[in-house]
This record gives sequence, structure tokens and C-alpha cells, in this order.
Amino acid sequence: MDTLAPTRELTVDVLRGSSRRRRKERATKLVLQGASVFSLVVSVAILLAMAGQAIRWLTGIDLGWLWTSAGWSPRRNDFDILTLFVGTVMVAGIAMLVAAPLGLGAALYLSEYATPRIRRVLKPILEVLASIPSVVLGFFALTVIQPSIVVGLIGGKGAFSYLSAGIAVGILTVPLVASVSEDAMYAVPGAMREAAYGIGAKQRTVSVRVVFPAAISGIVAALILGFSRAIGETMVVAIAAGATGAAPRTFNPLEPGQTMTGAIASLAIGSDQVRGSGFAFGSLYFVALLLFILTFSLNVVSERFVRRVRKTY
Amino acid sequence: MRSLVATDDVRAAVDAALRGQKRDVKGLLFKGVLLLTLLISLGVLIVLLWKVVADALPVFQDRGWSFVTSNTSPLPNQAGVRQGLIGSLILILFVTLLALPLGIAAAIYLQEYARDSRLNRILIANVRNLAGVPSIVYGILGLVVFVQAFRGFTGPGGGAPGYSYISGGLTLAVLVMPIVILVTMEALRAVPQSLREGAYGVGATRWEVTRSHVLPYAAPGMLTGAILALGRAFGETAPLLLVGATLGFFANPPGQAPLDLLQGFYTALPTQIFAWAKLPQAVWGANVSAAIVVLLVTILAVNAVAIVLRNRYDRKW
Repeated sequence: MDTLAPTRELTVDVLRGSSRRRRKERATKLVLQGASVFSLVVSVAILLAMAGQAIRWLTGIDLGWLWTSAGWSPRRNDFDILTLFVGTVMVAGIAMLVAAPLGLGAALYLSEYATPRIRRVLKPILEVLASIPSVVLGFFALTVIQPSIVVGLIGGKGAFSYLSAGIAVGILTVPLVASVSEDAMYAVPGAMREAAYGIGAKQRTVSVRVVFPAAISGIVAALILGFSRAIGETMVVAIAAGATGAAPRTFNPLEPGQTMTGAIASLAIGSDQVRGSGFAFGSLYFVALLLFILTFSLNVVSERFVRRVRKTY
Repeated sequence: MRSLVATDDVRAAVDAALRGQKRDVKGLLFKGVLLLTLLISLGVLIVLLWKVVADALPVFQDRGWSFVTSNTSPLPNQAGVRQGLIGSLILILFVTLLALPLGIAAAIYLQEYARDSRLNRILIANVRNLAGVPSIVYGILGLVVFVQAFRGFTGPGGGAPGYSYISGGLTLAVLVMPIVILVTMEALRAVPQSLREGAYGVGATRWEVTRSHVLPYAAPGMLTGAILALGRAFGETAPLLLVGATLGFFANPPGQAPLDLLQGFYTALPTQIFAWAKLPQAVWGANVSAAIVVLLVTILAVNAVAIVLRNRYDRKW
């Protein structure tokens, strides 16, 4: 019987393959690695670009301008950060009052109640909603939400308000809240549900007392992420909130006003002043830096919560 | 032996005993409320689309295609979206040529090559955070880097140096890249490990495994994600305001060389919508709605392609 003898001696070199193949492998890896490091370069560039310009602006101005009861009015060197902050938090807060119930309700229904067929029909509602550009929602807020809901039902006045912008931002945020929290609910093991059914629990009890608490980390993450998205939303605010800082530090959602993102947009398109003159334009970098820090911190916190879900199951 | 046949009566009795005597009214109510939250979202969507289409209809009835094929104008009944539409398509071309290859390459590295090292963990966390950065912040990056620092390249001449297609396109590409990375990584993750091991078993290198085994199977998912990302870029407005999308009226001189065109004035469909929406005269409202119809038709068509692709190639392992 013939033995299967190796045709040539088997050495480490043979196993390693041809040098051409290895060179190609190394080169490909380098290219791919370079692409992934590029994302880090972008982050650093964003941070340096903003921080550098923001510091330059801060050293030029009188720091007292940042804290004045005159509100946000770059043309007159009134840069009251608190006015923008209050406006921003108010819009994002209103948005979450809309997005939290709608998003979580939709997520719970899709995850616990909907049959696969109903899911296939209803899920695209959220997907289509997610694909609507924010500039469209801004126009919707201006022409529908403000006149028919804010003025018609609640008794607001005028063409702009924090409330109409907040509601529209909320609608934009629903798909994000729904998809992140649905992922968390979906990840709750079936065994936990079955254990509850086994001792006679109703479906509602299972949803509210078993699935919801088990998915709470992901739900909290979804809400934080939604809040962060709402803070960073620009176009709706720029169109529907009025884009003026005339009402300093107001807590009245029926009034028109400015937010951080809205202020940046106003400065960019020059409706607050002529480009490049005075201190007004530079304030854009400072506001953007604050916005970045705010949303970045929220995203990091929410990422923590998401990771907790992954660890548990 | 007699088999135990459950008659309908018996079944109903057992069922009733197990469920309890009363109907679970509260449970039904709860289910109804949950369903209602979804229906409210649907209702908003319907009202939005209906309102926009109703307002846009007169414009299309009066002017037909000329609304799509005419340039901006200070007169509302002559202003069209041609420049905006072309502008958006050119910007999307930048995103397609830059963000897709870079994003896909980065995702392949992070998912297929990267070991669980400190640097790689930072890279992945960084991508996640980049995807959550508000889009207007990317506008600041574009303003400082592309418009100001690279002015010599992005638009040396003209009335508004640096504010050009190139700046806008690069900014959008940078904005979309993290999204492309995340969706591609997800598509790669869905490829079963055994496929890779089969290829390794016959001596393939990592790149050979990726190219011949992983990428073909991940391709539909990657394509879907990429298309959705492009749709997102198409509707993106805020960053373009910072890198100089023109809000007023302008005309590129006829017969411009391609480079001059790319370094010159530009606008995009969503920024045009924004500019018109800010105008105080009510007559512009119909134009805004008509432009929104053009924008939504484009985006929804693109997304429909993505959904069809996903349903067609979606497979379970």
C-alpha cells in the first residue's frame, strides 16, 4: 500500500504561505486600520476646532457678558448662557413628555403584544417617521402644531413658541426611544416571561411587572439618548421656536425663544448679525462646545446603561 | 382504551377555569392604550403627509414639472427647486464616494480584525459617540476645517471663499461615516462564525476570508444600511447652514468648469426649504410644501429600495 508521503518537506515556511500573500494581507490590514483610526481623528478635530475657537472668543470678551439678565442678543453683546440653557432644556423636556409615552408604549406593544404579522405592518410606521427630515417637522410645527394646538387649544399667541417646537422635536424622537427600548425589552429572556405565566400572571402583569423592570436599564438609556437627541435638534427649533432671545430666562413654554442649537443656526445664517464682525459670530463656537459637552456626557451615561443590559443577559 | 376527546364544551370550561371567570377588562384596556400610542404616531404621520400634499397640489397643478426644473427666484410663482435638487445630488455623491468606502473599511477592521485591545475599545466607543453628536456640531467642524483652514482647496475664488460644494460634501461625508460604520459592523456581526472558520480551515488569510466569505453574505445588510445613511444625508440641513449653503438667490454662470462649479455657490433641497419657510409672506408656504413633497418622495423612494432589498435578501442562519 502506498503511503501518502508529503511531496516536499513540511517546514514552518511552507505553512506560512507565500510572501506575496503575506504582504498583501499586511497592506490590507493597514489600510483598514487607517480608516478606523480616521474616526478618532475626526473626533479630535471636532474637539480642537471648537475648543480652540471658543477659547479665543472667551479671552476676547468680558466674561460678565455670559451672565446677564438682558438675555441672548449677540448683536448687543448680551450672551446670557442661562437663557439658552433654559430654552434648550425646556424644548427637550417637552419633547420627552411626548416621546417617552409614545415611544415606550409603541415599544412595549411591539415587543410583548404584536404578532409577527402585525409587527410587520406597524413597525414601518416608526421607520417612515424616522426618515422624515427635521426641516419638514419644523415646517409642520410652524404651520400645524402652533396654530391648531398651541394657539387653538392652549391659548398661546403669535407664530412661534417653545411648545410647538418641543412637540415636533418629541415626534422626531419617538422612533429612537422606541427602537432602543424595544431592543432592551426584546432581550429579556423568554424564560422570565414563562415563569410568570406559569404562576398564573396575566399578560399585562408580565409586561409591567416582569419585562419592564428587567429592561429598565435599556429603557433609561433610550430616554437619555432621546433627551440628548432632542437637545441637539436644530432645524425644528430654528424654524418654529422663534429664534430670538428676547425673553430672557423664561420658563413659559408658550413664549417664543432661543435654544443653543437655534442660536448657532441664527448666527450661522447671519440673522443675528453680519458675518465676521464683532464678537457675535465667535459665540457660535462657545455655544457649540457647550452643546457638544452636554450631549457627549449624556451619550456616555446612556452607553453605560446599555452595557448593563448586555451584561445581565 | 378509550381516547379522551375534548369536546368544545369541555375545552371552553377548562379554558374558563384557567383564565378565571371574568374577562380581563383592564388587560384589554392596557393593550388598547399601547396600541393607541402607535396609532398616534401613525396619525401624526398621516396628518403631516396629507397637509403637505394638499398644500403642494396647487403648485404642481399650476406649474407641473417646471417647479422641479426652474431655478430659485425672488418671485414665488417662478421659484423652483432645480438648484437644490442638483445640489443635494452632488452632495450625496461626495458622501457615497467618501463616507461609504471609509466607513465600510473601518467597520471591517473593527469587526473582523480588531482584537479586544484598549485602543480598539476606544475606537468603537468613539464611533458610537460620534454617531450621537448633534449634526450641527459637524457643521462647526466643517466651518473651521474645510471652510477656513482648507480654503485654498475648497473655494479660493468667488464672493464667499470656502463656502462651496466641496466643504458641504466633505462635512456631510464626515457626518455620515459613523452611521455607516455602525450599520456595517452590525451586518458583519450577523455572519455566522462557522462560515469564517470553514475558510480558515482551508488556509485562507484573514482578508481572503473576509473578502470571499464574510462580505458576500453581509452585503445585503451593508447595502441596506448604506442606503438608509444616504437618505439621512439627503435630508440633513443644519450642518449645511454653517458651511455656506446659499439661502438666497444665485445662479452659477453657464459653462462653468467642473472644479469651478464645485468651488462655487451651492444650495441643497433641505436648505432651500428652510430658507423659504423663514420667509414671512404666506405665498411661499405652498412652495415650501411642494419642495417638501420633492424631498420626501426622493427619501421615501430611496428607503423603499432599502426595505425591498432587506426583505429580499434577509435570511436566517
